[in-house]
Amino acid sequence: MTRKIRVLVAKPGLDGHDRGAKVVAAALRDAGMEVVYTGLHQTPEMVVAAALQEDVDAIGLSVHSGAHLTLFRKVLALMKEKGLDDVLLTGGGIIPEKDRATLAAEGVGRLFGPGTPLKELADYIAAETAVRRPR
Amino acid sequence: MTVDALAKGIVAGDRRALARGLSLVEAGAADGAALLDAVRSRLGRARRIGVTGPPGAGKSSLVNALVREARAAGVEVAVLAVDPSSPFSGGALLGDRVRMSEHALDRGVFIRSQASRLAMGGLAATSHDMTDLLDAAGFDLVVVETVGVGQSELEIVRQADVTAIVLAPSMGDMVQAMKAGLVEAGDVVVVNKGDLPGAASCRDEIVAAFGMTAESGGAARADDVLLVSAATGDGVKELLARLRSIPDVVVAERRIAADARRVDAAVVRALADLRLKPAAASLAATLTPAVRRGDVSLEEAVRTIVAAAVGPDREARRP
Repeated sequence: MTRKIRVLVAKPGLDGHDRGAKVVAAALRDAGMEVVYTGLHQTPEMVVAAALQEDVDAIGLSVHSGAHLTLFRKVLALMKEKGLDDVLLTGGGIIPEKDRATLAAEGVGRLFGPGTPLKELADYIAAETAVRRPR
Repeated sequence: MTVDALAKGIVAGDRRALARGLSLVEAGAADGAALLDAVRSRLGRARRIGVTGPPGAGKSSLVNALVREARAAGVEVAVLAVDPSSPFSGGALLGDRVRMSEHALDRGVFIRSQASRLAMGGLAATSHDMTDLLDAAGFDLVVVETVGVGQSELEIVRQADVTAIVLAPSMGDMVQAMKAGLVEAGDVVVVNKGDLPGAASCRDEIVAAFGMTAESGGAARADDVLLVSAATGDGVKELLARLRSIPDVVVAERRIAADARRVDAAVVRALADLRLKPAAASLAATLTPAVRRGDVSLEEAVRTIVAAAVGPDREARRP
């Protein structure tokens, strides 16, 4: 048996729109990944604690509240603090192109908007995690 | 990190090392086996509680409530929560953490989700080994939550020190409870969702079903059926007390049986793997149409394939 790609899908913050996160979680499952779904209203601390315990290859955050800069930065900082150096932080939601570029420059992976083909997400995660943490 | 460093980290309480170690063990690699060997002297201190039952009975919510109760008593808890893998994609959606968010930041709690990877019995093939590693990490309790099970997936009963079977009202009538298997397998039958209408009569029906025959424990088992509500917390304290009160001598006996069973299961897995040997696999592919046409009997084909599977491996004999 081998190690499969493990991805944590989380919905940080207070907005309750988890449809996107669920669709993405199901798509990654269908791509053969093992998806840990944590549900709504996660704080950055909870997300990173769960990622550490689950030993995931990637964290995917869904943010529709406008608080993406704060949330992604906070999660990234906590990941560094906990030594999750080889874990990919990615995600999606309503995030302006300018902010995606800002976050990318700070070490966040690609962020995806509405209408992204689900296969593109899965392919990106598979390729990116293979580089960060070879199986 | 080397296996040795991982082992030291795990024993010292390093959660990141534990998480990495669990992945090694889950992968079934040589490093995983070496890691288990390195911590073998630390095994056997944690009490292992199994929680099983049909999908939707409220297993995760009940585990969450049990963890809350255990933490109130100052007990450190690890949870291994198993969910099913898809037979089509091989992927899995592991959703047990959704019900356990309240413990996310508690250092005395460690939760790990595991995909069943198509193993039968309600657990993954490596769940037992992962439970060992959680035990070695020093938790007082290790709670193992199975996949939602039907009437015959009882692997957990053979591995855990003590097992709770979780049911909920409106999941079937008394005839269901009288069927052999699930209900008689555990130490405790939990009728969860005790705050819902029909819960008390559901408990009464299960108790009555137990009372039908003296052989299955009869009326003596009425006390083993507990009405609990994970949602309100009612009865959870009593349930945890019951699960923790199984005498050490009983646990010791069960662990001896579990070890024997574990060897047996490993042999079965090894035998199943033999059929994947190239010689056996290609024979199987060749013989299948012959069996379908009736040229070769099924028995004859099986004999030939098994002989190829267990016979000496030509590849291995090559100098």
